[in-house]
Amino acid sequence: MEPLIDIKNLCVDFELRSGTVRAVRDVSLTINKGERLGIVGESGAGKSVLGFSLINLISKPGKITGGEIIFNKQDIAKFKYDQMRKIRGNDISMIFQDPMMTLNPVLTIGTQMKETILAHMDVTDKEAEAICLDKLQKVYIPSPEKRLKQYPHEFSGGMRQRIVIAISLLTSPQLIIADEPTTALDVTIQAEIMDLLLELCKTENMGLILITHDLAVVSEVTQRIAVLYAGKIAELGDTEQIISNPQHPYTQGLLQALPQMADGEQRLNQIPGMMPSLLNMPMGCPFEPRCSESMEKCKTKIPTLTTLDNGTQVACFAREGGK
Amino acid sequence: MSAILEVRDIDKHFDISGSIIDQIKFSGGKFNRKQTLVKAVNNVTLEVQPGETLSVVGESGCGKSTLARTVMGLYRPNKGEIHYKGARIDNLSSHQMRPYRTKMQMVFQDPYASLNPRMTVKQILEEPVRFHNPDLTRAEIQDKVAEVMLQVGVDPVWATNYPHEFSGGQRQRISIARALVVDPEFIAADEPIAALDVSIQAQILNLLMDAQDQRGLTYLFISHDLSVVEHISSRVVVMYLGCICELAPAKELFSNPKHPYTQALLSAIPKIGGSAGGHVKLSGDVPTPINLPTGCVFHGRCPHANERCIREIPKQEILANDVSVACHAVEEGRL
Repeated sequence: MEPLIDIKNLCVDFELRSGTVRAVRDVSLTINKGERLGIVGESGAGKSVLGFSLINLISKPGKITGGEIIFNKQDIAKFKYDQMRKIRGNDISMIFQDPMMTLNPVLTIGTQMKETILAHMDVTDKEAEAICLDKLQKVYIPSPEKRLKQYPHEFSGGMRQRIVIAISLLTSPQLIIADEPTTALDVTIQAEIMDLLLELCKTENMGLILITHDLAVVSEVTQRIAVLYAGKIAELGDTEQIISNPQHPYTQGLLQALPQMADGEQRLNQIPGMMPSLLNMPMGCPFEPRCSESMEKCKTKIPTLTTLDNGTQVACFAREGGK
Repeated sequence: MSAILEVRDIDKHFDISGSIIDQIKFSGGKFNRKQTLVKAVNNVTLEVQPGETLSVVGESGCGKSTLARTVMGLYRPNKGEIHYKGARIDNLSSHQMRPYRTKMQMVFQDPYASLNPRMTVKQILEEPVRFHNPDLTRAEIQDKVAEVMLQVGVDPVWATNYPHEFSGGQRQRISIARALVVDPEFIAADEPIAALDVSIQAQILNLLMDAQDQRGLTYLFISHDLSVVEHISSRVVVMYLGCICELAPAKELFSNPKHPYTQALLSAIPKIGGSAGGHVKLSGDVPTPINLPTGCVFHGRCPHANERCIREIPKQEILANDVSVACHAVEEGRL
C-alpha cells in the first residue's frame, strides 16, 4: 500500500499566558491511499487540533513545534501560507462540524462552489458550473440547477452538510478530513451522511480522516482507528481488532462505558475521574490516574507505542510484557 | 397501580407572529389578522407509572422538550389536562403550584447554562430547600445539602466554589443534586447527558439509576440517544412532529418496532462493529410544525403511506404486550 500522508512525531503547542499547552504530543501516523482512518477521543483530547494541523489551520497562539507531515514527498508542515493554499481545499479538503457555520449565509450555493473551483483550477465559468452540477448529483441533491441559485438557509441541516461535502469534492481531493461531520445532525440524517461519505470514498478512491467522539460511527465507516488521549495516541490499529479486542485500558473503558455494550447489566462501566488538564499533565502515562492497571513505572515514565502480535499498536506498560 | 402523572390530549402551540402590527396582512381587498403558530405538541396522551423511567425520543424539533416543560408547568398547554396523582395541575396559579414543585423537579441539558454563575454551589443547593421548607434551621439545611452532595459524588468541601470551577460532569452532578435536594418523587430530565463525553455519560447515567433505586424516583427522560434510552428505560415514547407514533415497553420497542418511523429511527443507530449502509432511508425532510401535514404527520416520508394516511389522522391503537401505535398500516395489517 502506498502511503498518502505520513505524520512523524508531530507536536502542536499553544502558548498561553498560563503556560504552554501541548495539544498534540509526538503523534506518528500513516494514512495510505484510499484508506479510511478514524480519530477518536473525548473533548480536549486533541483530535481536532491534529486534524487541523494537517492542513496548517492552527491559528495563533497555536503552532506546529516539531515533527514532519510528508505529503507527496514534501514536508507540508514547513510550508509557507501561499504554498499551503495550493494544497488546502485542493489535494486535501475539510468538512467541519456545523454546516450552518461553514457556508456563507449571504452567498448562493453556486457562488460558493464556483469560488472554490476557480481558485484551484483553470476553467471557464461554464465548465465550473458543470463541475458543480456533477458533484451535487453525486451527493444526491435533487434538481441541482435550481439549487445552485439558492442560499444556505433554504436547505435543511442534512442538505447543507451534503453541499459542504459536494464542495469538498469539487477539486477531486486525495484526502478528506471530516471533523465531527454529523454531531450537529439528527440520527437519521447522520446515517444518511455517513453512508454517503463511505460510498464516495469507495467510488472516488479517496482517503478519509474521520474525527469523532462516537465509537459506533467510527466502527461502521473506518478501516483503522487511532484512539487519542490527552494529545497522545493511546492505541492504533485495525478497526475490527480495536473494537473486538481493545488493548489499552482507556479504549477498553470507553467501549465498556457504552450502553450498547452493557449486555443487560444495569450499571454501566464507568471510567473514574476525568482527563487531566493539558496544563498540568501527570509525569508518567497521562491515563495513569484513572487506570485500573496502573503500576509504579506508569507514574514516572511515559509509555511509547509498541506493536502487539495482532498488529495493534498500543502505548501501555501493562501490555508490553505480556505480548 | 394508579399513574403518578397523566397527560391527557395536550396541545402546545407557540405564537411566533410577533406584535399585532406584524399579524395584520392586506389581502383580497381587506385587512386580515393572521397568526402563525408553531404546533410543537399535538394531542399527546400518556401516563407515567410510579417508579418507572419513561423515555421520550425523537429528532430535534419533534416537541420532546416542549412536552417535558409543559408537564412541569413551565408552559401552559393550549388544550388538554395534566394530572399529578389524580389532581389537575395544568391550570394552577404559581402559588397553588408550589407544593407540586417539591414533588416534581427538572434537570436540564446544559449544566453550563442551568447553574447561576454568580452563586456558589452552597447557595445554589440551599436556596430550594429554604424556599420550600421555611421552618428548617440553618444547620438542618446545611446537613441536607451535604447529604445530597455526598450522594451525587461531589465532595461537600467544594460547596463554596462557583460553577465555573467544576468540569462538565461535576456541574451536571450539581444540577442533579439541586433537583434531589427537595426530595422529589418525579424528575423530568431533559437531555441530561447530551453535553457530556462518553466516559462521563456513563458516570451520570449510573448516578441517575442509583438515585432512582435509593429514592424510588420516577423519571421522564428526554433524549435523542437511542442506545442510552434502550439501556435505562422501562417504557419509550417515540415522537414525530409533536405527535406520538409509538409507545411501548423498551424491550418490545427495540426488538420489534411497529411504526414505520420507529423502524427507520432504530435502523439509523450506528452500531459498534456494525457496517454502514444497511440503514432504512427516509425520503425528504421533516415538514415544518407551522403547517402540519393533513392526516398522519409522517405520511410524506412513509414508505407504506396510502390515500387514507393523507386524509385521516391515525389513532393510538393498543396492541398486544402494551404496545400502542398510531399507524393506519399497522391497524389494517398491511405492515
